[in-house]
Amino acid sequence: MAPRIASTAADAVAEISDGSTILIGGFGNAGQPMELIDALMDCGATDLTVVNNNAGQADAGLALLIKERRVKKIICSFPRQSDSWHFDQAYRAGEIELELVPQGNLAERIRAAGAGIGGFFTPTGYGTLLAEGKESRIIDGKGYVLETPIHADFALIKALKSDTFGNLVYRKTARNFGPIMATAAKAAIVQVDEVVEIGSIDPEHVITPGIYVDTVVALGGEKE
Amino acid sequence: MTNVRTTEAKLTRDEMAQLVARDIPAGAFVNLGIGQPTNVSNFLTVQQGVTLHTENGMLGMGPEATGEDIDEDLINAGKIPVTELAGAAYFHHADSFAMMRGGHLDVCVLGAFQISQAGDLANWHTGAEGAIPAVGGAMDLAIGAKATWVMMSLFTKAGESKLVETLSYPVTGLGCVSRIYTEVAIFELRDGKVFVRSTHGISFDELQAKVPVELTWA
Repeated sequence: MAPRIASTAADAVAEISDGSTILIGGFGNAGQPMELIDALMDCGATDLTVVNNNAGQADAGLALLIKERRVKKIICSFPRQSDSWHFDQAYRAGEIELELVPQGNLAERIRAAGAGIGGFFTPTGYGTLLAEGKESRIIDGKGYVLETPIHADFALIKALKSDTFGNLVYRKTARNFGPIMATAAKAAIVQVDEVVEIGSIDPEHVITPGIYVDTVVALGGEKE
Repeated sequence: MTNVRTTEAKLTRDEMAQLVARDIPAGAFVNLGIGQPTNVSNFLTVQQGVTLHTENGMLGMGPEATGEDIDEDLINAGKIPVTELAGAAYFHHADSFAMMRGGHLDVCVLGAFQISQAGDLANWHTGAEGAIPAVGGAMDLAIGAKATWVMMSLFTKAGESKLVETLSYPVTGLGCVSRIYTEVAIFELRDGKVFVRSTHGISFDELQAKVPVELTWA
């Protein structure tokens, strides 16, 4: 089924409810679906579990959700940055739970969820603090740690464009977590610069096939 | 300088980067970590044909972008705007780390807090009380490439050796480091032993007196 084409970012996130687990794309500002995050802020949903590479920067987007204590748990690889003061404060106050995951394991756990994999043995993190409490195994003389998939209710993603069937094309390093997050959520919500007619994206150029995409909103290329 | 075993002066940061760059094989696929290792790219020659990987999803990364070339959709792992070279490719995060974990990168150059004589690396967390932990791609980078090299100053500000018998800082990866570039010596780690390839501004005996592991000339 073709995705719903939402008229605004607020309309796109309207179904997100309290207690949801949400994958949020982006690495730094590249690929960060800022307008969707702002809409999530406005829609009032709380008690959220958020999966992102970081834990918010400065006074925008995810950082504001954390500041308002709408995020009960964050699963990320790199929460501590020079401008992550809202996370730092919430964490030190014991008001947010942190699950720290090595970046490649984070990506693979998301990929596994979308691919129907129940778990995988990875060498990353073996013998470290981040493997404590996890099953480990020696395979052909090398140590591995069992990691499990990260499933989510929603994914918020930014792509360059979508056709009306939800086939997505990304732009440069803004692709990052987008394609895997689209596969791992029950509903993938995508903000794009433009929605184009079906057939106008060369099938050889499609990065995320429309099967994974549930809602698309066109927000134009220019920042507000 | 490549074949010199000793020099009177310590290596500068640029000289260290230059030595690392010269040691990278022609045609190699390489990931340069955030911080000092990034400087290595300034000394790679076009003739070497080295392809740089950045874990946020790109091969064929070019130099830092300036002026009109700055594009917020084109950044490196340190979130610095960069450029793309002819032949570049983009891919998603799971592919990028599969590429690393799968042993397809030839060399990864990282910074470190400590390295043990067995090649165990500590570079992600000081373990200090109250510190907010952050790991990023450090653990993936440490164990993924065919060769993991470290660039660091050999001594802490208090004068303690960062090359140690066993780590006192939390582990990033076990047995992964094969070479260490410091301002006073270059070390090769093999079979649990530490070999000294060159010394700079220090004699072998002085070096041995300051480092708590047994050293052997390479």
